[in-house]
Amino acid sequence: MALWARQVSRWRCLLQTARAAGFPRRLRSCSSTAQACRGFAPLALLPSRNDILPWRLQAYRHVCVGSCSPPDSAKDGSFSSPESNLSSPVKQEQAKAEIVHDLNAKILYEDWDDIPPSSALEEISEEEAIQIIAEPLLPLQSSTLRDYVDHSETLAKLVHLGVDLSQVEKRQKAGQLLLTLDFEKDIRKILLFLKDVGVEDNQLGPFLTKNPYILAEDLEALETRVAYLKSKKFGKAEIAQMVSRAPYLLLFSVERLDNRLGFFKNELGLSVKKTKDLVIRLPRLLTGKLEPVKENLQVCQIELGFQRNEIQQIVFKTPKILTASKKRLKQTFDYLHNIMGIPHHMLTRFPQVFNSKLLRIRERHMFLTFLGRAQYDPAQPSYISLDQLVSLPDEVFCTEIAKASIQDFEKFLKTL
Amino acid sequence: PVLADHPLVRGPRFRRLKIGAGHRLDAKSSGVFVLGIGHGNKLLTDLYNCHLTKVYTVGGLFGKATDDFSDTGKLVEKTTFDHITREKLERILAVIQGTNHKALLMHSNIDMKTQEAYELAVKGLIRPMGKSPPIITAIRCLQLVLPEFQLEIHCLHETQQYLRKMVHEIGLELKSSAVCTQVRRIRDGVFTLDDALLRTQWNLQSIQNAIWDCQLKVKRELEKTL
Repeated sequence: MALWARQVSRWRCLLQTARAAGFPRRLRSCSSTAQACRGFAPLALLPSRNDILPWRLQAYRHVCVGSCSPPDSAKDGSFSSPESNLSSPVKQEQAKAEIVHDLNAKILYEDWDDIPPSSALEEISEEEAIQIIAEPLLPLQSSTLRDYVDHSETLAKLVHLGVDLSQVEKRQKAGQLLLTLDFEKDIRKILLFLKDVGVEDNQLGPFLTKNPYILAEDLEALETRVAYLKSKKFGKAEIAQMVSRAPYLLLFSVERLDNRLGFFKNELGLSVKKTKDLVIRLPRLLTGKLEPVKENLQVCQIELGFQRNEIQQIVFKTPKILTASKKRLKQTFDYLHNIMGIPHHMLTRFPQVFNSKLLRIRERHMFLTFLGRAQYDPAQPSYISLDQLVSLPDEVFCTEIAKASIQDFEKFLKTL
Repeated sequence: PVLADHPLVRGPRFRRLKIGAGHRLDAKSSGVFVLGIGHGNKLLTDLYNCHLTKVYTVGGLFGKATDDFSDTGKLVEKTTFDHITREKLERILAVIQGTNHKALLMHSNIDMKTQEAYELAVKGLIRPMGKSPPIITAIRCLQLVLPEFQLEIHCLHETQQYLRKMVHEIGLELKSSAVCTQVRRIRDGVFTLDDALLRTQWNLQSIQNAIWDCQLKVKRELEKTL
């Protein structure tokens, strides 16, 4: 009897049915929970055999997990099962539960009073029917986290932090990970660790959106990695900056980080201090692939024809060139060198031009040639420097460099 | 407060936009390109059925001939062009205009012997109202500075490649050869260069203003024709 009551109360708590307090008779509550369980089982429609109800509820005791997350993990509360189709496993489980708890049921029955539980098909009066509130059940399998966010404390707290769940659910297995974690036990520790490292409060949301997998990491491993970075003499503020801008940084093991730092030092041939400076400014270098970087360096050397020291200078000023696409680099360089006639040493002094859009350079250059002001050689008068050509917004460019109005510029663009 | 409708959980409200294109403009050309958004796509079909003329500025270069009639193709032959004068060019253009005018009259399916046909022709309103091969309604030379030249072409049902081929044929007629360097659409029915939005103006506000300005013109044109 006591066991029975315990099971029923746990079931009530799980489904959050409001009318639990309203029913005086425990047995009534059995039948209404039976009606509420419609979603789970063809067993609910079976005629009421006295044996079935306790098995089903006991099966649910195994299906439900300690936290408030929905019963999407099967088989005795194991955390690692994927969000796969559960209707057959649940049925199998119920069959297993049947066999296993056959004895238990018989023992239970001996404790009972003589009133058997009523079946789902028994007729009840109108007032009782109105008082039953059957909430729609959580889906066993869903492609969005929207269905679960109201029932899961973890997800609700993450949304309040600012994590964009619609982005997270598009990643592989990240949604499943978030559902199975518990806020109090696991996530809180990692959030405190991140705050320690120096990530700002309002940055935590976007950070977790980009890298939800950090929540599954081991705390000691994370701390070792931060200690390694400190040992390489990266300052605290710098580490904070790197971690915020490259959220995947702390997922890499110490050897991998070491390899990558060594790689950049060797390939670029810069001093330790300069390499560190580079990495702080563009931490994505450490988290991205290394093959494209090597290829870009080869392109710069062989196809574009820069010397090694020129490449070092360019990379130090604009590290983004290492992650730019080769086709774009080649096109931009081709236009700058062959059509605009800019020599290599000028390009070394102003590498920002490689980062800007080819269209912009082309339009502005054509406008300047149309006006007769396209002069990129510093020795001659009315010289226009490349970084001004590229980085100024349109209005300033028109008034100062081209000495024409914006309407003229627009009209000229329409004639291209 | 239900969290399931929170913007961070729901995602962005608008994910897709239905955009349809008016008359085609290929990759090597530039100019006015009409796009319809959402419900505007229905107007696009109506505009197509109006069969309004389009105006192009075509720039060409004498002395070369390539396999795809434009200056980026493989060179096939080189010729001299010193003998070309403006007069000869204009004579050729007049011939082209004449033949195209005959084709226009033929395809517009109007009985030439009626009074109405004469009146329409006087006003210049004869147009083929169905499918037809490319027809040039007017062509004139804007400038000729050897070896470059520029033409203005009013045409119907054409493709840009047809215009390039036309440039090539003009070159052949003048006993030389020509390639097309630039094809630019100035007008597409009711839309002119002034209504067109530059790349820097591709934001919501300017698009809304442009739609608002053109609405009246489009409605008037559609009522006139249909």
